[in-house]
Amino acid sequence: MTTTEILEILKEKFSVEQFEIQSNIGGEILIVPSNVLLDLCFFLRDDERLAFDSLMNLSGVDLADGEKKKLEDGSFEIVGGHLATYYHLHSFKHNHKLTLKVLLPRENPVVPSVERVWRSADWHEREAYDLFGIVFEGHHNLKRILLPDDWDGYPLRKDYKVQEFYQGMKVPY
Amino acid sequence: MAELKTDHLVLNMGPQHPSTHGVLRLEVVLDGEVVIDVIPHIGYLHRCFEKHCEAMTYPMVIPYTDRMDYLASMYMNFGYVEAVEKLMNIEIPERVKYIRVIMGELQRIASHLVAIGTFGIDIGAFTPFLYCFRDRERILDLFEMTCGARLLYNYMWIGGLSHDLPPMFIPELKSFLKDFRKNIKELNDLLSYNKIFIERTANIGILPADTAINYGCTGPVLRGSGVNWDLRKNDPYSIYDRFDFEVCVGKGEIGTVGDCWNRYMVRVREMEQSCLIIEQAIEQLPEGDVTSAIPKRVKPPVGEIYFRVESPKGELGYHIISDGTVNPFRVKVRAPSFVNLQILPVISKGYLVADIIANLGSLDIVLGEIDR
Repeated sequence: MTTTEILEILKEKFSVEQFEIQSNIGGEILIVPSNVLLDLCFFLRDDERLAFDSLMNLSGVDLADGEKKKLEDGSFEIVGGHLATYYHLHSFKHNHKLTLKVLLPRENPVVPSVERVWRSADWHEREAYDLFGIVFEGHHNLKRILLPDDWDGYPLRKDYKVQEFYQGMKVPY
Repeated sequence: MAELKTDHLVLNMGPQHPSTHGVLRLEVVLDGEVVIDVIPHIGYLHRCFEKHCEAMTYPMVIPYTDRMDYLASMYMNFGYVEAVEKLMNIEIPERVKYIRVIMGELQRIASHLVAIGTFGIDIGAFTPFLYCFRDRERILDLFEMTCGARLLYNYMWIGGLSHDLPPMFIPELKSFLKDFRKNIKELNDLLSYNKIFIERTANIGILPADTAINYGCTGPVLRGSGVNWDLRKNDPYSIYDRFDFEVCVGKGEIGTVGDCWNRYMVRVREMEQSCLIIEQAIEQLPEGDVTSAIPKRVKPPVGEIYFRVESPKGELGYHIISDGTVNPFRVKVRAPSFVNLQILPVISKGYLVADIIANLGSLDIVLGEIDR
């Protein structure tokens, strides 16, 4: 099933004006607002015709589309713009795929957790929180997973600056 | 008599423990010898692979992919280069496609041999490990003969390969396959149908199919639960649709479908199927130049792709975003072990401490790709 066909089915329950299809080399992407994400994911999983029973991948992305501000020490800081989360869904039953993209404001990146829909999201969401600082509301155990608990900052953001010292050890080498 | 105070005991397993297959720490909550909960702590090998990628050009990323699943480096290369080629829409020569499949399947055998051998050690069988490594050694010799490296190859390049096959490769490979068929039989006698091994693994850590799917398990872990799913068959990439092979699933002739023994047995059977694929690939192998399609400058157009392949451990996905420059804007790796490890607490609850070891061994994780 193509993204356009899936959108036809979504019409029955959601107002489609809030969705947008972005064309792309590696397959179309459906951009959805964060406030309907959880309902949408439950619908995508439970509807017989769609049956997206597996979340293949969840990735956070720093779009870096804000304003770049130069700081005194030569590094820069990004103000405004967006972070994004991607959901790559797949159905074992129908063997079709769908990519969801949610845009989040950089200053307050909060998105509902889909952990209750697909349990595989658990660690993926913790990783996105760890490396991008995206907060997944409703996650049962949202803490850092790859980095130590007391690490500063979110390394995969484009304007990340390494902390000087970590527990008395010099970090930048 | 005053009532005795009872309490749960928290036990630390790892980060340096022979059975954790790397630097993994398991926080185990015990009631006597019964497992109440297992909490995996990962990140000891984290080295910012994804951040590094953003500072490098596309071809420079390939050696880093080697170091993710260092027991299946060829397949890590395979997934990455195919993803970038898809993004750039490069058509690669036929010979390259065949050599990639041969290398990928040899790597699958090598990876499964390590999984089986170390699983045996975890359970207490030392000899099968030596048998497995004897055979793996011959595969590594074949790799060394081709690209000079035994473990981290940097062999597959975007659009081609670093070297063509040396003249002695095909005869050596044929003789290996002939011997290896016999050795699988030997392995089955020695380990698979060994009474002690069966006692330790059958009916342990049973994973139902729907739980496996909901937790995102892939590869032998999913197939061990009886789900007939293999990306090589169900979502074919490269030229896998040209070969005739079977998808191996856990059948439950010993124990229950979804237990440790069935997960283990899927790997043994997959090695036989890999031999079949390699034999067909050798027969169809065309002549040609393996470096002719390598682009001088790798600069994909603006766009993104999620591309997945069936690595020995499960579904390996690359999510690559290009902003039209020579550096990737974002590379996210969906590592199969990262997702498969999440299932460990679920299948270990209610079993004994010794069964955690069996469960972990049967999942076949590599910490290099979990922590990235």
